[in-house]
Amino acid sequence: MKTLRIGSGAGYSGDRIEPAVELADKGALDYLVFECLAERTIALAQQARLTHPDAGYDPLLSERMRRVLPFVARGRKPGQKRLRVISNMGAANPLSAAREIRRIAAELGLQGLTVAAVTGDDVLAQLNPEQLLDNGASVGELGDRLISANAYLGAEGIVEALSVDADVIITGRVADPSLFLAPQLFEFGWGQDDWEKLGRGTLIGHLLECAGQITGGYFADPGVKDVPDLARLGFPLAEVDAEGLAVISKVAGSGGRIDTATCTEQMIYEVHDPKAYLTPDVTADFSGVSFSVIAPNEVRAQGAAGRARPRTLKVSVGYLDGWIGEGQISYGGPGALARAQLAREVVQERLKITGVVFDDIRAELIGVDSLHGFELGSRASGEPWEVRLRVAARCADKAEAVRIGNEVETLYTNGPYGGGGATKAVRQVVAVASLLLPREAVTPRVHLEDAS
Amino acid sequence: MNVVKLRELAHSRTGDKGDTSNISVIAFKAEDYPRLVEQLTVERVTAHFAGLLDPKAGAVRRYELPNVQALNFVLPGILKGGVTRSLALDAHGKALGAALLDIDV
Repeated sequence: MKTLRIGSGAGYSGDRIEPAVELADKGALDYLVFECLAERTIALAQQARLTHPDAGYDPLLSERMRRVLPFVARGRKPGQKRLRVISNMGAANPLSAAREIRRIAAELGLQGLTVAAVTGDDVLAQLNPEQLLDNGASVGELGDRLISANAYLGAEGIVEALSVDADVIITGRVADPSLFLAPQLFEFGWGQDDWEKLGRGTLIGHLLECAGQITGGYFADPGVKDVPDLARLGFPLAEVDAEGLAVISKVAGSGGRIDTATCTEQMIYEVHDPKAYLTPDVTADFSGVSFSVIAPNEVRAQGAAGRARPRTLKVSVGYLDGWIGEGQISYGGPGALARAQLAREVVQERLKITGVVFDDIRAELIGVDSLHGFELGSRASGEPWEVRLRVAARCADKAEAVRIGNEVETLYTNGPYGGGGATKAVRQVVAVASLLLPREAVTPRVHLEDAS
Repeated sequence: MNVVKLRELAHSRTGDKGDTSNISVIAFKAEDYPRLVEQLTVERVTAHFAGLLDPKAGAVRRYELPNVQALNFVLPGILKGGVTRSLALDAHGKALGAALLDIDV
């Protein structure tokens, strides 16, 4: 029976690059997929594009392509296994990303590669002011603070690009598992309403989409859950058959571990109701999934199912939402906790005295209560040797946000004894909310860059 | 049956979507799964995170995945303002699962 080998080359925009190169070289892959778009990445990329029309794609696109395109070219030679690359690194500008990939192929002297861009996710021009966002605001209320609106496309556009024989396919917003479902749909010829198979293929995509998070990344807890060689963590690949059953593995000799525990953590990651994992392609059902180890670092995944896809597509809307001002300072040695607590009180009082205007504020002690609050934080026993005060506030006005960090910094000469390492920062808030559009309103389009 | 910390029986991972976290709790051994189902109730998990949850955002939900000896807790509103607007140091709430492992079972 024909099988497909699909590898995962990135779990987020800034991810390690060598594990992707290792997969491209030694994974005997048919497809290498890079998933690089977090919730607000496109909004940030759109801001970059506003200042420079060719910008707006992933900052590591060029380096990743420089490293893996030689293997795509190798796969086009007689007797070699063909390798194709799929990625959402196009972010806010897939067409410019496709041109950059062509430029790099030319620079490397690689000939005959076809690069395709998939667009259609950008629906900013289609929104109307009355539409409501999930946070209760309307599109109209955002006014000129609105930056971007991108629909989560499904596998469809990528399948079309594969059918015109593209070697590299670059997209903007596509649902993460759909990047991996597309080559399965294309190669196995599954019907677009074969919900069972689409559910299975979506499980495989979901397991692979965070790369190292299934091969032992984000898992190690020394003495409880040990993972070998995290510095050389291998990224995962799935060998899938035409029924949508898969074995998850990694390149032999790479670091990390794959077993039922790592697979289960990743299967439930970012899932709410396991019976209804919504994607643009299918309503996947992971409730019956089970894993079995068939060899060291090889796990069979089975039992996913599916039902009809949602009638609407989710749209992420990026908008400007004021500024966050922040300041930090550390206290150490005996009495550090009491001095940090005093410093916190002083800053809070100073913000009142000087009338700093903010919408929301947090003043917390890193090492004590910053992650889980005072109640859970006080479960620790003993005095911490060092404590870091952190004050952060969201302000409508940038000038007000600047004053937050300043009031922390002035603790140097006006606050308690022994403060050090003060830092301050101000950043603009690029927030993301979502809305739903009927799927008929969104049409994916495929653009081919000329092969050379 | 001795009372132990959840960390001795299970492992966990936290995911985020908007202002909602989901925390998986996965038994190391299948024989401990019924104990988790019985003891890790929505009420207990809600009480554990009482200082962090937003009562207006809706109730904590629990889903059972017996095939993989796991529970999945969904905690609406715990990532106040959502990942993109949050003032929190850990805006994604990635470390929440580790806090749940300190609960007694």
